[in-house]
Amino acid sequence: MTNSIADIHLADVLLVTGSNTTEAHPVISLEMKKAVRKRGAKLILIDPREIELADFAAIHIRPRSGTDVALLNAMAHVILAEGLEDREFIAARTENFEAFKEAVKDCTPQWAEDITGVPADMIVEAAQVYGRAGSAAIFWAMGITQSSHGTDNVQALANLALLTGNFGRPGTGVNPLRGQNNVQGACDMGGLPNVLTGYQPVTDEAARTKFENAWQTKVKIPPAPGLTVTELMNGVLEGRIKALYIMGENPILSDPNTNHVREALEEIEFLAVQDIFLNETAQMAHVVLPGVSFAEKEGTFTNTERRVQLVRPALPIRGGARRDLDIICDLGQRLSGVSADDSTDVVHPVTNWNYAGASAVWDEIAALTPTMAGIRYERLVPHGLQWPCPAPDHPGTPILHKEKFTRGLGRFTPLTFREPAENPDEEYPFVLNTGRVLQHWHGGTLSRRSEGLDWVVPEGEIQINDADGVRLGIATGDLIRVKSRRGEVTGKARLTNKLPRGMVFMTFHFAEVPANALTNDAVDPVAKIPEFKVSAVKIERV
Amino acid sequence: MIKPDRIVTTICPYCGVGCTLNLHIKSDVVYRVTSPFDAPANHGNLCVKGRFGYDFIHAKDRLTQPLMRKDGKLVPAAWDEAMGYVAERLLEIRDKYGPDSIGFLVSAKCTNEENYLLQKVARGLIGTNNVDHCARL
Repeated sequence: MTNSIADIHLADVLLVTGSNTTEAHPVISLEMKKAVRKRGAKLILIDPREIELADFAAIHIRPRSGTDVALLNAMAHVILAEGLEDREFIAARTENFEAFKEAVKDCTPQWAEDITGVPADMIVEAAQVYGRAGSAAIFWAMGITQSSHGTDNVQALANLALLTGNFGRPGTGVNPLRGQNNVQGACDMGGLPNVLTGYQPVTDEAARTKFENAWQTKVKIPPAPGLTVTELMNGVLEGRIKALYIMGENPILSDPNTNHVREALEEIEFLAVQDIFLNETAQMAHVVLPGVSFAEKEGTFTNTERRVQLVRPALPIRGGARRDLDIICDLGQRLSGVSADDSTDVVHPVTNWNYAGASAVWDEIAALTPTMAGIRYERLVPHGLQWPCPAPDHPGTPILHKEKFTRGLGRFTPLTFREPAENPDEEYPFVLNTGRVLQHWHGGTLSRRSEGLDWVVPEGEIQINDADGVRLGIATGDLIRVKSRRGEVTGKARLTNKLPRGMVFMTFHFAEVPANALTNDAVDPVAKIPEFKVSAVKIERV
Repeated sequence: MIKPDRIVTTICPYCGVGCTLNLHIKSDVVYRVTSPFDAPANHGNLCVKGRFGYDFIHAKDRLTQPLMRKDGKLVPAAWDEAMGYVAERLLEIRDKYGPDSIGFLVSAKCTNEENYLLQKVARGLIGTNNVDHCARL
């Protein structure tokens, strides 16, 4: 998020798209509701489903799946046509405006209506509400990013915020809601193929040299980015990837095209899994290393507003499991050939992999990461710190891009609408959409082991529109089969008027009804994110 | 009413909002979760997962010893044997096929420090940028 959770309620207008906030980020939805109820903020909701936030929305736009860029370009067109753009902000803080203006010149609301199915006057109204707001904040989640043009979708939203000067002030900004407790941190820590900590690119020689010197490496950090999850799985099948080390992830449930992932893991020469449960992926491993849960370890998580917060050990380690940090340090010592004698020398933890606790690891991170250089454990009590925090006396940064953007000027991106990779057709006439429910979480490993949660929602249902159900002779509770070009899944149907006609909705929480056996592994060319939200399927009674 | 042996303040393991949790513990069992009103992200609010979704910590099927595949089956093994085997196989495969034949998936559920160190293993010891996690999924 460019902004903070604490300033959500200060927005005059909230534009929420591709986020079922009340179920996937319930506590943030409370702030959105507060803005609407207590301060009279207007909520523009863009979502094909009638989710709970629709009850709070001034305008609910329900576009055809995967047509975001057409809709957002048309909103920009209207803002420009009606002179609602922030000329001062555009002149002082942005670049490439003329090219952008040219790109949206023909994106009239009528043009967008033909593509998105959203009435032109509704697009005009939404553009006026967003364009006239004193402060407007945009929020999105995977409904925007999990698309074969996810990068375009995000840039289209950023274009709107640039056009109206909605950056750098409370109640504004572009705010992705991160789905996992430490997905922000895993990215910040260099858990990506193209960057080291704090997004220092691996393509930058100076950055690589800095890390090689600090770590005193015997190998060179390669100058080219590595492979993403989806590419790694393909790499196994192509014979390029021979070994995988997987920590705390279950790609068999969470990756697209499950059968393909399973095939890859069956084929691989060596698979090591570090986890707290023998999940579907761990069952295929050659070695399984038992780590510990969040309640038994020390460290930090970084939340969606870039706040680094302390995780404290509350319980003793169970049985013969080991702290994950100790497992990795043990591996580090074995791989680097540090002998047991050397490893007792705490003076050189950087090369000896013998840290005096998690805070010593953090100090190494801070020393190598300018945006986090000022963060120390003792400063994280009681409320954590939001990066960038470059110095020991820096208070952290609740709002990004205040005076200038990280790159200097904010760059408009001219965009052309592209269709999703797989639209419904005669053979597969329905669009499959996936998501979460309030009571469960991701692959279900944690939430399904919580008795109360699993009691409330014990099974994964396949939602279809009422009218579609009646037409196909399907009633709620009937067993139905959903088929895509990649796989098939059987489960109980639930008829609902919350879905548009022609849509099937499933969660990916349940191994017995695995939505990702159906989803498309077509990816965005830049972000390499799979198109989970649009797959063509057919349904039939079993 | 149960009196806790201790209350430990930590961060919720579910979504990315980062709600502060107070774990109430009796005899090494978490029996109740609350949140302080001055918590920066959630002001004392919690969703149903944060407040009630903690049984997994005490689940009977938590892994408590390393496992190794022998004759096609995963069987219990000692730490030294398991770790030694992992290191040996990774080095063998690196020497035979090159560093880019190995991939590492770090974790959106694990801590910053754990993620940092595992990508350090990948980049600094194996010599590959094949590091990713489920940020996209």
